[in-house]
Amino acid sequence: MRRSYFLPIAALVGFLFLYIPIISLVIYSFNDSKLVTVWGGWTTKWYGELFRDPQILGAAWISLKIGVISATIATILGTIAALVLTRFGKVRVRGLLTGMVTAPLVMPEVITGLSLLLLFVAMEIALGWPAQRGVLTITIAHITFCMAYVAVVVQSRLVDMDDSIEEAAADLGAKPVRVFFDITLPMIAPALISGWLLSFTLSLDDLVIASFVSGPGSSTLPMVIFSKVKLGVSPDINALATLIILFVAIGITGAWFFMRKQLK
Amino acid sequence: MSLSDTQNGRTASLLRKMGFSGRGLVIAVPTLWLLVFFLIPFLVVLKISVAEPLIARPPYSPLFVEGPDGWSIKATLSNYAYLLEDSLYIKAYWSSIKIAFFSTILTLLVGYPMAYYIARSQEPKRSLLLLLIVLPFWTSFLLRVYAWIGILKANGTLNGLLISLGIINEPLIILQTDIAVYIGVVYTYLPFMILPLYANLVKLDGSLLEASADLGASPISTFFRITLPLSLPGIIAGSMLVFIPVIGEYVIPALLGGPDTLMIGKVLWTEFFNNRDWPVASAVAIAMLIAVVVPVMFLRMAQTKAEENA
Repeated sequence: MRRSYFLPIAALVGFLFLYIPIISLVIYSFNDSKLVTVWGGWTTKWYGELFRDPQILGAAWISLKIGVISATIATILGTIAALVLTRFGKVRVRGLLTGMVTAPLVMPEVITGLSLLLLFVAMEIALGWPAQRGVLTITIAHITFCMAYVAVVVQSRLVDMDDSIEEAAADLGAKPVRVFFDITLPMIAPALISGWLLSFTLSLDDLVIASFVSGPGSSTLPMVIFSKVKLGVSPDINALATLIILFVAIGITGAWFFMRKQLK
Repeated sequence: MSLSDTQNGRTASLLRKMGFSGRGLVIAVPTLWLLVFFLIPFLVVLKISVAEPLIARPPYSPLFVEGPDGWSIKATLSNYAYLLEDSLYIKAYWSSIKIAFFSTILTLLVGYPMAYYIARSQEPKRSLLLLLIVLPFWTSFLLRVYAWIGILKANGTLNGLLISLGIINEPLIILQTDIAVYIGVVYTYLPFMILPLYANLVKLDGSLLEASADLGASPISTFFRITLPLSLPGIIAGSMLVFIPVIGEYVIPALLGGPDTLMIGKVLWTEFFNNRDWPVASAVAIAMLIAVVVPVMFLRMAQTKAEENA
């Protein structure tokens, strides 16, 4: 076949398109001028400003707390849902559960957010709980949509996995709980880790759902960023973006090298 | 055996007598959670969409009203009638579907060559390129949309570059137009298109392409007659992952679009947060579910069945 230059060039243009905005965010975070287009020399002052901004620091702390708690509970609930759908044989609620596990993945965020808020308001009137909206209601909302992602990730791992080892353990007299903790859990551990990381990222990134179900004093990091960038470009947000990109790049590249080593 | 163990044993046998088993409890936990926090909320939205707006807390009329002769149901379809009367909502629906449709095609055009290139490259280059595709996905969506404000605005990076190169004299107005929305959508949803396409293209049997070339077909003809039809499942899967969420997108039109950019997610948001009309916002949500989400979910189910049968 004749060598064509179309494909590599198209791919290169695509990769440039993916990375030029990210690179420009990083470069302008070191710009010593408040106007984004005017280059005023190198500086790290925006990073200092970032760490002195109590609003951003407070919101980051709230977001991290919500992220860790909702990712952990979503991983537990999502794994149980995946087990029920793959390992429990005939289950009466299978159709319902399958539908409820896949639907959040395609549901527009504005609808999920609105419906959860209206539920919380109705519950407050009928039961008096939750008394006010805030960190708790955001966490519940995040658990709900994250567990769907975890269920999908874990389910595909359970389907691919050879279940003869589990059967052997059961034949040798291990109770279902023992089989789960001694055999199944270690084998699906990688899927649990990626499910947790996915949930944590989704939770940390969510603006729309959190905006609907939050209350006074519970602004998450995306909510603070959004209210700042709606007014225009601000260099301290560039600094924040650079830190997040750095953190993610180190984490992902580390995981990539770790997995390559494991494969060898 | 300690006291708490006997206690646990007693509780367990009591539960078993009541018809609960460990198995039943395990099934119940995720099912109940999703029932309460995913399914029931839609019933609440449905209920409020047939209520009348009130200036009160909560800002809607109750569905069940206690009158002199017992309880009665008070429901109105006026919110839905309002959606049909005011051309804003119909326009917003069409505009969302139009933007989602064209941006899906654009994402496909940008993503297909990339996915094909990755699928045909050798290890370790292949997994490195895949890593580069996935990496932006793990960084903040909001910040990636924000990055385009600095690039596209009138005195932004792009205009600065084009003016200094002498290509244009006046800055291009891109930010706050639909073009900026398209750029933002293609940019943020590109990984969702590339990954399913790659998963499909990597399985493509190279001998088919060789056979086609041996029989005298040009590379272009081989592509359109062999590669493209075989990658159709990947194209459909990727297009779904882009098309569905884009219809309800709020962040991209809010940050990159202008006041004329009508999208249904933005309309729902404005109705709720700015106009504080909860019943109309609920009606918009229900209409959006019926008009967009349900058909697409059926399409997806049909597609999964077709794949299972294949």
